[in-house]
Amino acid sequence: MGTFKNILSAIFFLVSVSVASAQDVGGLVDSLATGSFSDRGNAVASLVASGSPVVVPILQALSDGNLYVRKADSKVFIATESGEVFKLVDPATGADAGTAQKAEIDKIKVNNSLRETISNAMSGLTLFSKDGKTRKDAALAVLKSGDATALPALEKAIAAESDPSILAIMKTAAAAATLKSDKPDDAKLAAIDVLSKYTDRDTASLLTAYAATVEGALKDQALAASAKIEASLNSWAVVQNVWYGLSLASVLLLAAIGLAITFGVMGIINMAHGEMVMLGAYTTYVTQLLFKAYLPGLADYALIAAIPMAFLVSGAMGIVIERSVIRFLYGRPLETLLATWGVSLILQQAVRSIFGPTNKDVTTPSWMSGSIDLSGGLSLTLNRIAILLFAAAVFAGLMILMRKSPIGLQMRAVTQNRPMANAMGIRSSRIDALTFGLGSGIAGLAGVALSQIDNVSPNLGQGYIIDSFLVVVFGGVGNLWGTLAGAVTLGIANKFLEPFAGAVLGKIIILVAVILFIQKRPRGLFALKGRWVEA
Amino acid sequence: MISQHIMARFGKAGTVFLFALLIVGLAVPSLNLFTSPDSALHVPDYILALLGKYLCYALLALSVDLVWGFCGILSLGHGAFFALGGYAMGMYMMRQIGARGVYGNADLPDFMVFLNWKTLPWYWHGFEFFPFALLMIVLAPGILAFVFGWLAFRSRVTGVYLSIITQAMTFALLLAFFRNDMGFGGNNGLTDFKDILGYSVQSPNTRAVLFMLSALALGLCFIIARLITHSKFGKIIISIRDAESRTRFLGYRVENYKLVVFVTSAIMAGIAGALYVPQVGIINPSEFSPANSIEVVIWTALGGRGTLWGAALGAIVVNGAKSWFTGVLPDAWLFMLGALFIFVTLFMPKGIAGLFAGWTTPAKEKKNADVLAEAAE
Repeated sequence: MGTFKNILSAIFFLVSVSVASAQDVGGLVDSLATGSFSDRGNAVASLVASGSPVVVPILQALSDGNLYVRKADSKVFIATESGEVFKLVDPATGADAGTAQKAEIDKIKVNNSLRETISNAMSGLTLFSKDGKTRKDAALAVLKSGDATALPALEKAIAAESDPSILAIMKTAAAAATLKSDKPDDAKLAAIDVLSKYTDRDTASLLTAYAATVEGALKDQALAASAKIEASLNSWAVVQNVWYGLSLASVLLLAAIGLAITFGVMGIINMAHGEMVMLGAYTTYVTQLLFKAYLPGLADYALIAAIPMAFLVSGAMGIVIERSVIRFLYGRPLETLLATWGVSLILQQAVRSIFGPTNKDVTTPSWMSGSIDLSGGLSLTLNRIAILLFAAAVFAGLMILMRKSPIGLQMRAVTQNRPMANAMGIRSSRIDALTFGLGSGIAGLAGVALSQIDNVSPNLGQGYIIDSFLVVVFGGVGNLWGTLAGAVTLGIANKFLEPFAGAVLGKIIILVAVILFIQKRPRGLFALKGRWVEA
Repeated sequence: MISQHIMARFGKAGTVFLFALLIVGLAVPSLNLFTSPDSALHVPDYILALLGKYLCYALLALSVDLVWGFCGILSLGHGAFFALGGYAMGMYMMRQIGARGVYGNADLPDFMVFLNWKTLPWYWHGFEFFPFALLMIVLAPGILAFVFGWLAFRSRVTGVYLSIITQAMTFALLLAFFRNDMGFGGNNGLTDFKDILGYSVQSPNTRAVLFMLSALALGLCFIIARLITHSKFGKIIISIRDAESRTRFLGYRVENYKLVVFVTSAIMAGIAGALYVPQVGIINPSEFSPANSIEVVIWTALGGRGTLWGAALGAIVVNGAKSWFTGVLPDAWLFMLGALFIFVTLFMPKGIAGLFAGWTTPAKEKKNADVLAEAAE
């Protein structure tokens, strides 16, 4: 306990007194090499008391066994093995101090109690680090351990903290530390109250563990707070499932919505739809390579440039397929199924021959990596958010195109009554090609999004084709809103089943449920009504 | 004369098919067993196994032709029935291994010992008896087809919707059989078979008998399918194919007819799977993959849908080409297969059988067929 007291006093010293200079640190570091382990503990305490930022790496080196003393002049260095010799670094200044043979230097030994001293001292020091993340991690470490010895340092740190989010964590950590300290009961009750607002599984178990050690009001309060946290955690779990479900739904929507055009609006079973997605993903890959080669400064924006590129590539491929194969098969949906399956095999093999069978690496741009942390352990990754927004944008854009633009009007006219549309002067064969191109182009857009979360390989599309068909059929063919509803329903249902049934069984349950649903409503959730249903 | 009687029953092409099958079924195993390995006429063991596999595929294609070619039900899940029949046979042969497995456990198959299971799951009981296994080969696909068809046909799920849900069905089974917890060996499936009815599956004699049984099953199923499709019942299912609503309005219970055909076809697919497994030596969940089932459809389409013998021929031709191409030009095979899908649907709607149409069908029947084809469009 003696060393603890030293540390604590050192931390007080550190916070209240001025910061020592580098020369002082140099002298203090050299004293680490001498005396017994307890002398070394005192030296550590003095180092911490100096409050200099260079102390952290020194203590780290000591703890890791990288701190050595040179026998010739008893000076202490941080040494790293480099081939035959050791490279020496001056601990106080961080300057290069030449090399030394192994025989010329001695390792400064540490034992376990000294190591503990160091790590406690470090957490005290890191609470005052300039880096916000280090301070936050130090506070979180105290919160998890509930170490009462950290309390004084925490209180000082709270007084000095300016970032409100870190301040909140520090206050919660201080509350956790208060529970184990010898503070009066009202302070502990207040601490329980603070902790009950922090929704975290570790905090709940900390409170439960604490409740087992005390009696009376404290025990009741602690148990109540723990129960409150559990309840709030459970509701967060629901929110989390909804979020994961929406995230999956956005992927399903992107993959299915192009199909909703070709299958739903045109009545074509396009088994090559998945390969259009795959082409979009490969276009993203190629665009990224081109940016890296010719515009390295803008590499982060390759993904944006890939969006129109993928639309054009997949759309053009769609038009080629429509003109060369599908237009001969209108009115024979089962035959289009077989022919487009053939197209899909050829496209897969072509991509495999050109790019090779292995997964291609598409990097996530910096503005899409990272995550937003919410309380309750929920973190929303930025790429998932981006995909969700992208899916919504594609859906809205497509809706506007179909409802408000002349080309959308013509598409709907041809779908509903081809001979009449022809009679009104619409070139239906041109509209067919454009509609198919549009559906394929949107599949390409899906490929851009999927390249961020899935492996870009020739088989990429195969994984989505059955799901996409189910979404379209479930939602109701020929209805884009139905596709949206289908994607959201299946996505969320899937994620709610997963915790109970596991991923695979959950998926099987969904498949069986959709099969049964089709029996009940053979035309899907939002069936088209009217005379063109059978057409 | 008997031959004239047969001819009248099975048509010219059907008769030729049956005779060819009889000759192949007898000649190939004999040439394998009774000629010396250096003889020019000798059929090597691997060719015998390969041809045996083709015969099973031919039976599978025949079963697809029965539902698709005659009843207009495009099933993209027939591979599921094939695999279920295969699993039933595989389970029997797993039980025959007994204590000869790697772990030497007489009560449990190796993979269960590996998963640390203590007792045999209930659904494995009975598979040590061959008659029970035979029953399950028929019942497992049959019951699945009955339940699925009963639901789907009663609620009038037709056309592409039916195709998509059959695909979803086989996909769901694929995922299910991949799970170790299901007790069907997970993604490794069932393998390491030792013997069947006490005869080693490796021995040339057993293989020859299995080959002959495959040919026999194909022949019998052809005869059954031919009799079904050329009976009064057959006329009704063809009318369902060509004008479902009209047939219903004439007072026929369309769903019942479809169900009978669908279940019969599923059982045939199951038998094909059961004969396939001992000849190939393994059954695993990849047999359920939707891609396999779609491929069966193209065998049928290439051979000529609605002819039965054409479907069987198509299966043999495509698989022969596949074996050859994957050996010589592995990268080209998917291009070939893909092009075949497109070419057949665009340019050969009647398949290979269509090339012989003038030769096989009497003029009057051909005229009827053309009228029907027009009505269908």
